[in-house]
Formats: sequence, C-alpha cells, structure tokens
Amino acid sequence: MPTTVTINGTKQTCDAPPEMPLLWVLRDVLGLTGTKYGCGAGLCGACTVHLDGVAVRSCTLPLSRVEGKRVTTIEGLSPDGTHPVQQAWKLEDVAQCGYCQPGQMMAAAALLAAKPKPTEEDIASALAGNLCRCGTYQRIRAAVQRAATLQKGEKRS
Amino acid sequence: MTLIVNLSRREFLAGATLTGVALTLGCHVESNGVRAADSTAPVLAPNAFVTIRPDGRILVTVNKTEMGQGVRTSLPMLVAEELDADWSQVTVETASFDPSRYGFQGTGGSGSLRGAWEPLRRTGATARAMLVEAAARRWNVPADACRTEAGFVLHPSDATKKLSYGELVADAANLPVPDPKAVKLKDPKDFKLIGRRVPRYDNPDIVTGKAVYGMDVRLPGMRFATMVHPPVFGGKVRQVEDTEAKRVPGVEQVFVTDRGVAVVATNTWAAFEGAKKLRITWDDGPHAKLSSADIRAMFIEKSTSPGDVARQDGDFDKAFASAAKQLEAVYEVPYLHHATLEPQNCTARVSAEGCEIWAPTQFPNFVMDEARRITGLDAGRIKIHVTLLGGGFGRRIEADYAADAVEVARRLNGVPVQVTWTREEDMQHGWYRPASLHVVKAGLAENGQPVAVLHRLVAPSIRGQRQPDGGKGVDPGAMAGITTTAYELPNFRAEYVRANTAVPIGFWRAVFDSQNAFVQESWMDELAHAAKADPVEFRLVRLGKAPRLKRVLEVAAKAAGWGQPLPRGRARGVASHFSFGAFCAQVAEVSVEDDLPRVHRIVCAMDVGTVVNPSQVEAQIEGSIAFALSAALYGAITVEQGRVVQSNFNDYPLLRMAEMPRVEVHLIPSSESPSGAGEPALPPVAPAVCNALFALTGKRIRKLPIELDT
Repeated sequence: MPTTVTINGTKQTCDAPPEMPLLWVLRDVLGLTGTKYGCGAGLCGACTVHLDGVAVRSCTLPLSRVEGKRVTTIEGLSPDGTHPVQQAWKLEDVAQCGYCQPGQMMAAAALLAAKPKPTEEDIASALAGNLCRCGTYQRIRAAVQRAATLQKGEKRS
Repeated sequence: MTLIVNLSRREFLAGATLTGVALTLGCHVESNGVRAADSTAPVLAPNAFVTIRPDGRILVTVNKTEMGQGVRTSLPMLVAEELDADWSQVTVETASFDPSRYGFQGTGGSGSLRGAWEPLRRTGATARAMLVEAAARRWNVPADACRTEAGFVLHPSDATKKLSYGELVADAANLPVPDPKAVKLKDPKDFKLIGRRVPRYDNPDIVTGKAVYGMDVRLPGMRFATMVHPPVFGGKVRQVEDTEAKRVPGVEQVFVTDRGVAVVATNTWAAFEGAKKLRITWDDGPHAKLSSADIRAMFIEKSTSPGDVARQDGDFDKAFASAAKQLEAVYEVPYLHHATLEPQNCTARVSAEGCEIWAPTQFPNFVMDEARRITGLDAGRIKIHVTLLGGGFGRRIEADYAADAVEVARRLNGVPVQVTWTREEDMQHGWYRPASLHVVKAGLAENGQPVAVLHRLVAPSIRGQRQPDGGKGVDPGAMAGITTTAYELPNFRAEYVRANTAVPIGFWRAVFDSQNAFVQESWMDELAHAAKADPVEFRLVRLGKAPRLKRVLEVAAKAAGWGQPLPRGRARGVASHFSFGAFCAQVAEVSVEDDLPRVHRIVCAMDVGTVVNPSQVEAQIEGSIAFALSAALYGAITVEQGRVVQSNFNDYPLLRMAEMPRVEVHLIPSSESPSGAGEPALPPVAPAVCNALFALTGKRIRKLPIELDT
C-alpha cells in the first residue's frame, strides 16, 4: 500500500512497506542519499531530517508515521545551498569527512527556526545527539552562531 | 627523482573530439622516503596529473583518498601555487586506481602532503614554464622576462599584453617538457596560496548533501546487501537456516561466502531485516573462550621477563640497581575501534568480462589484491573508483568490506550490488587499535633526579599478525615514540615484548604513538613529581637536543598561562610528543564534575614545518583532540567468549559536543618542509589530561579509559 509523503516540497507516493524506516525510503527507494546511515538506533544523528519542521531521526522512524506529513532533507534545506546554515558551514570551514554534517546541519536549522538567538547551552543541547567522529564540534558551535547572525540579516533585508 | 612526461599527445588522440587540445602533465615520482602508518610499511610515493584546458580550467587529479584531512584541497593548492593558477579555475578529481599513472595511492601515516610537497609543486612549476615558453615565443621575448599571475602570462614590457593559460594550451602542448630539476620553484616569500586559509574544495557538495561517499553510489538496477560475519574471531559458518529471512519483502537471495552469510535485497533495510532473521550455526573455531581477562593475564605474565632491546643508552640494570630510590609502575591501554561514522561498505559489479568497484578505501591496492584473488581476473580488467570516505582513521586501509562486495557481486553475474555492514557488524568486526601493557621503571638519585629509565612495551605486532609465524624480534612500528624519545635520559633502555592474540589489530589514528606517548608522558610527570620539579621545566632541561620540541613546549606553556593561578577546582597538565614529523605540546585544563573528568580547554602548540593551509592544520588538531578524548574518557573494546562485547554507540560512546573543550592552536612559523598533521596532535592529549587530573586530585591514572573512582 503506497504511502503519501511531501518530501522537500513535492508530494510523493512511496511504494514501500509501512514499517520501513524513512532513512531507507529516502536513500534506497527515492535516491536521496544526503541523509546518512550511522547507527540505525537513533544514537548518532547522521540521519536527522525535519518532520513538519522538527528535527527527527529518520533511521528509527517508520514510513507509516510520516504519512501525510512534510519531510525536509538536506537536499531540500534550500534550493541553491544558500540557507544560512549552509553558508555558515562553508564560511567556518566546518566539515572534515563531512559524513555527519547533513545531520548536524538539519539539527542546527531546526534549532534556529525555533530559537533565532541560541545560547551556547541551546546549541550543545540541540546538537547533543549528533556525533562527529572527526571532531568538528568547535567549528559547528561557531557556525551555528554565525548562521544565527546571517539569518537575522536576511530577515532584516 | 622526478620525471615529468608530456601526455598531451595521448590525450589528444584519445579525446580530441571531446575536449580539444589540453596540456596534461604527469609526474612520476620514485620513493621519497615518506614513512607510512608504521615505519616498515611501503614508502608513500605520490603522483598526480594536472590538465589545463583551452577554456582555462585546470583539472588536478589527486592520487590520495579524501577522508576529511583535506587532500582534495591541499594537494591541488601545491600545483596551483607554482602554476600561478586562478584558484577559482581549479577543479579536482580523485584518481581511479592506476599505479602506472599515479604511483602509490595508499593514504595513511600523515604522509600525503609530506610526500606531495616537492613533486606537486614541480608539476605546477613545469606546466607554468611551458606556458611561459609558449607566450615568449609568440611575443618573441625571452621567457625568463615574463611573469605569471592568476592564470595569465604577462608581457615583460607591454602592460596591455597578456595571454591566458587557456589561449596558450595548444602551443604549450607541442613543447618539450623541461627538465623538472631545472625548473625553479618559488621563493616561499612569494607564495600566494600556500599559507592561506583556503576553504575545503568539497564544502559546497557536503553542505547540500551531494557529496558521494561509498554508501551513496547508485547504479541502475543495483541491489543492496549486507553480511553476517562469524561472531568469534576465526569462526566459520557451519549451517544456515534462511526460510524466515527469505520471507522478508525485498530479500532475494541468501548465500554463504568465505567470510560469512550474505543477504541480497532490493534495499538495505530489507537486507538488514533478513539478516536478523537468519538462524546460523557457527563453527567457532579455537578462540571461542578468548576473553579480555585472559589477554590481560597473558600480557602481565609476559611483562615479567625482559623483552627484545630496541634502544640502549648506557647501562640501565647497573644504574637502577645502585640508585638511591627505585620507582616502578604498570600502565595499560585497551583495544579501540575506529568507529568511522560511515559503516564499512563497498559497491561492485562483476561479470566474466570484468569487475568494477566503487570503494571507500584508503588503500585501493589492497582492494585490487582482493578483487584479483576473488574474481581471478587480470588487473587490467578490474577498475577501482575511490569515493569520499565517511571517516578513515586507518580502518579503511583494510579491504575486508571490498572482499565482501566483490564476492557477493561475483554471484550476481553483472548486477551491481552495494554491501553495507550494520553498525553492529562494523563494531564487532574491526581491526582494533592494539591493546598494550607497559612496565616502566626508574632509578633516582638522592636528589630525586632520574639516573636510569626503562620502558618495556608488551603488545601484539600489527605486522607480525600478518606473518605466518607471528614475526620475531622488535617491531619498530610498535615502539614508535619510545625508541625515538627526544628526551636525554641517562641509562635508558627500551624493550619490546611481542604478545600476539587472536584479536584482529590494525592501524588507528597515531596507532602506537597514541599509547606510547600516554605512558611516556605520564611517566615523565611521575618522575618530575618525584624530583619535586615543575613538569614543564623537568621536560625542558632534557630537550637540549630537540629544539623544535622544546619550542612548542615553551609556547604551549606560555599561552596556557602555565604557573598562573586557576579558579578553585581546576588544574593544568602538560605533555609533548614528536610523531609523523611534527612537534606537538599541549596543556590541558581540567576539573572533576560529578566524579567525572571534565576537560575545559586544551592549548596546543605545534610545529608542522611550512603550514600549507592553516584552516586544515587547525582542523586536524581539533579533530585529533576530539578523537583522543573519546578514547581517554570512554574508549574500550573488550572481548568475551571470543567475540567483541560492544555493538553500537550506546556501549562504545564517542565525545559529544558538550564535552568538546575549547581548543586553542598556536602554529610555529617555519620554512621547513611540511610534516604530517593528521595524527601528531593526538598522542599528547591523554597524558596532558591525566597529568592535569593528577595535579588536581593526586590520583595517578595508569589505565585508560580514565576511571577516577577506583
């Protein structure tokens, strides 16, 4: 039985078992490989996407639970790579291997949408579930702050 | 020696209709003496191409794997610098496996930039010389009067005249290649790119999710598979009951390979679900009872006898026996997992005609070895693409995941297949950083100064494990940092005791330096304490023959405010280490909160020679510190019943954001050749933190991961 989901603004009909985690629907059925598999147990955050604007772990989220909802992945964060988080990640030269960064950025974008002026504690708490084996945390902290500044500038203009 | 050949004619014949004429240079470089992850591994000899197209675009082919260390930025920077290229015109590709074109393509041992430093600059300079010669002939002026800038050759006297590199390609491609040894390299004071904070080339793809890691390879009609490997080291499949597995929607095939049981499906999740439903009877083999306790007991037993002498200065036994006071201690470190965030995976397509592999690998040559062994095909029929890596750290030097993919693909007769391990399979089938036990002894004079020092390492040998007899004598790789200690220590002896086990071991970020420095620098702290000396001063007076190490220690201490008061409940500790050609010193600032160690700040001074890209060197330092803290605070792989106990990030935790200390980096200005940078900031972390904890609590940490309450 196909499931209807809006993915990155486009309504899609997914012919996949309802218990299949969203992560694998995105990666192996729809070919959206920007969302990463890291642990399969909600422990590392590499698979973070937005579900109706809220950051969730797609590796433990069955397709049936996203029926009729809006999913945003890293590919849909902005049409052209200019979301404040994406710009800030480039400006702070955050990525090392980069594998965890789509998840980190989706978590950061959800935080900034909810809290445009996050404190250090807000950032540490919102991204506590996102592991980075390369150790880019110091730059992620700086990039989230910079994205907050960029976002403020965008709203003014 | 460097030999540069003009490949333009071949390029022209092969692709004239598609690309037009292009100037393509290859540099073939013989051994340059760069040390691999272990000093006895093959030398690293880099090799790359630069292709300049008529539209001015410059393609640099990188022969090393990008795994986060920034080679796809720093190596092209070397070419672009000497070429005086416009950086915005540079595009980068990772070389497919072809040692005849690209030389040795293994990536490890913090060796890529060290090896590429001169050859890639010569490649750029040679291309520049040919473009200048082409322009000089057109203008009928002497070549050495022409200057170059941002992709143009400038006329010596007429400021209105300049020719773009693209316009000169056709002429230059017909010129003979000058003797690369005669090509002049830039004076470092004229560097425009080298030394600049050039952002990572891959940033735009990474932030949009377009970057292609091993798991992101997608091919028409491909299948997705996973493997279940024997849980016990050296075990084998005896029998498989797969009825339930095959009922999982999407599962197509289940079969036994030399390495375990494969489940092939239409998507990865179905393969994982199928694997869970397999009922496998294993032949556990001879190691079914192996445990960490047994291994530790074996290490302790072996530690009581002298080992093979790796270094001897003076007479330790005599000086120790006659010392006024004798100190002894035992240090221990566990096995560790790499835990690359991208689990092991590989994609392959195999038919009778050929084999094509998309591998997230550090060593494509080992992938080739496996592919040849499994398919029986000649190397000429096997094509290996190297993808981006979601972390390497030494894990992807091995080629076991590629063996799985080729083996599964071989049975699918031309249908491409991606084999992905679950996180649990990844954690329980690693090539672990060796565990070790260290006996250290020192004889002290009446005034507390050391007069004799012994460091005996009991550890398995990575090289030895791969030899049929386990190897003999001193393993120089295992003794990294011990035999090469920069300290002047009277009557010093270093010993190695081989203690091989059935646990698979491999290269891990800074491998043996990571543990040997922990012991050496903690022991130096103990000796300083025994001598009632300041830990920094105690080290400095013994570094008279190591001025660069001495310098970083002084810089780190000063920047950290060594000796200055700290808020109540905080303390500092220091450590330094030389490895992979780099000199590194760190001061850690710690406290104890809820009986747990908390690291607030790490000041790192490092001398890496010429800094090619400060942003990337700093990133590697930050990363090394995080990697080392995960190990010092949490890391332990343990073995019970012949199998690894840990399975995912719940029982093998990694450092999280809130635990990341503030890292302050001080790079020493230098005109020396670049050293490695990916590993040398890792070894000082654990001892600096443990020495700080000792200063705070009086408790000496001699076993990792750190436990304060024992």
